[in-house]
Amino acid sequence: MNIKNTLKRFDLFGYCKKYGLGPWQCPQFLFLVMGLIISFCEIFVYFLGNYYIEDPKIVLLIVMTLTIILFVISFSIVKGFENLAEANRMKSEFISVVSHQLRAPLSNLSWTLDLLMSGRMGKIEDKQVEYFKILKENNGRMKDLVSSLLIVSRLQSATLASNNEFFSLEEMMKESIKSFLPYAKASNADINFEAQPGLPPVFADKEQIRMVFENLLDNAIRYIKGKGSISVILKKEGKDMRFSISDTGVGIPKQDQRYIFQKFFRSENAMKHQTQGTGLGLYIAKSIIEKSEGKMGFESQEGAGTTFWFVLPLKDKK
Amino acid sequence: MKTVLFIDDEAALQRTLGEFLKQEGYNVLSALDGENGLGLAKKQNPDLILLDLIMPKMNGFETLAALKSDPGTKSIPVIILTNLEDINDIDRAIEAGADSYLLKSHYSPDEVIEKINQVLGCK
Repeated sequence: MNIKNTLKRFDLFGYCKKYGLGPWQCPQFLFLVMGLIISFCEIFVYFLGNYYIEDPKIVLLIVMTLTIILFVISFSIVKGFENLAEANRMKSEFISVVSHQLRAPLSNLSWTLDLLMSGRMGKIEDKQVEYFKILKENNGRMKDLVSSLLIVSRLQSATLASNNEFFSLEEMMKESIKSFLPYAKASNADINFEAQPGLPPVFADKEQIRMVFENLLDNAIRYIKGKGSISVILKKEGKDMRFSISDTGVGIPKQDQRYIFQKFFRSENAMKHQTQGTGLGLYIAKSIIEKSEGKMGFESQEGAGTTFWFVLPLKDKK
Repeated sequence: MKTVLFIDDEAALQRTLGEFLKQEGYNVLSALDGENGLGLAKKQNPDLILLDLIMPKMNGFETLAALKSDPGTKSIPVIILTNLEDINDIDRAIEAGADSYLLKSHYSPDEVIEKINQVLGCK
């Protein structure tokens, strides 16, 4: 092993970055902190022993024994953490590789379907078009799932790059609502949008925030049973921009509420009303909002509806 | 008739998009890796190159760099057509001289053709 490799082993922040963890969750950094605390405690025990025990040899023996025991325990704990972090990193990497590999055949399938459906390869019957549409829809679902898995893997490995800029949240939301209107109409849902006049721009990754908003809007429409309404409110609250979306949908059962932002979780209620869904949308939404230094939460009552909200800190344009 | 060189290791995708391009009145040349693509570009001097990034022998970034450093192929517009959506890859390709960057999973063949027409200044 050369010197460069040896030095690399001491690059604590490099390790933390590799695992996508902050310093207080990173095994190597924690080991250093534990070592310092143990050393400090040992010095303290040494002086305390010196004060109460007459024979310095016994004091030294106690201190040495304690040091060895504490170091062995902390090393085992940290090693365990390190193994878990490594397994987690490998899992994220695996998802990322598999998702990339899945994308190629899915794109091939999608484009081939486009070619057949365009009639360029010969006329197709109406009945056939119906089935091609089913294939196309399912291909779209698989592509969405692969995209979601890739985002989750990037969020977990802290490699999801952000392209932050100042933009009008109000304008972005108006655009998205416009594109969702046909879907809302087909689902018997009215969308009301209310924005406080003169709102300042927010500083975040526009496309990621759009993804969050569209996911919440899609859920609101999806879980409305019969006729219902959706209310989107955007306002300034102190130094934050506050967004909320309320629906008159099926709501989230109380026992499921604490799991709602977990990966792959879908409440029983949701599964009953909508069989489609990956259980990744809300996890991604919350992770993106937190990555943008904001907060996200919800209130819900089964049978009455749900309100999801998020706040984003406002920043000065320099 | 304008010629489009499509460099991609996915033979099925080549066939599908090739069919769309032919019907749009383009002459299509195909290469399954960067090395062959580079050779064809030098020999045939196409009007536009569609370039994938993950390929055997010579990847898309290396091919793009070679195309842009050769006086004979430097001015041929290049559209990247890939599944890599990382912002760093996009920046890297644009900086290396690509005219456009399209994600296969986000674009339909018609939209790709629209982009080709736009880059070539037709229609």
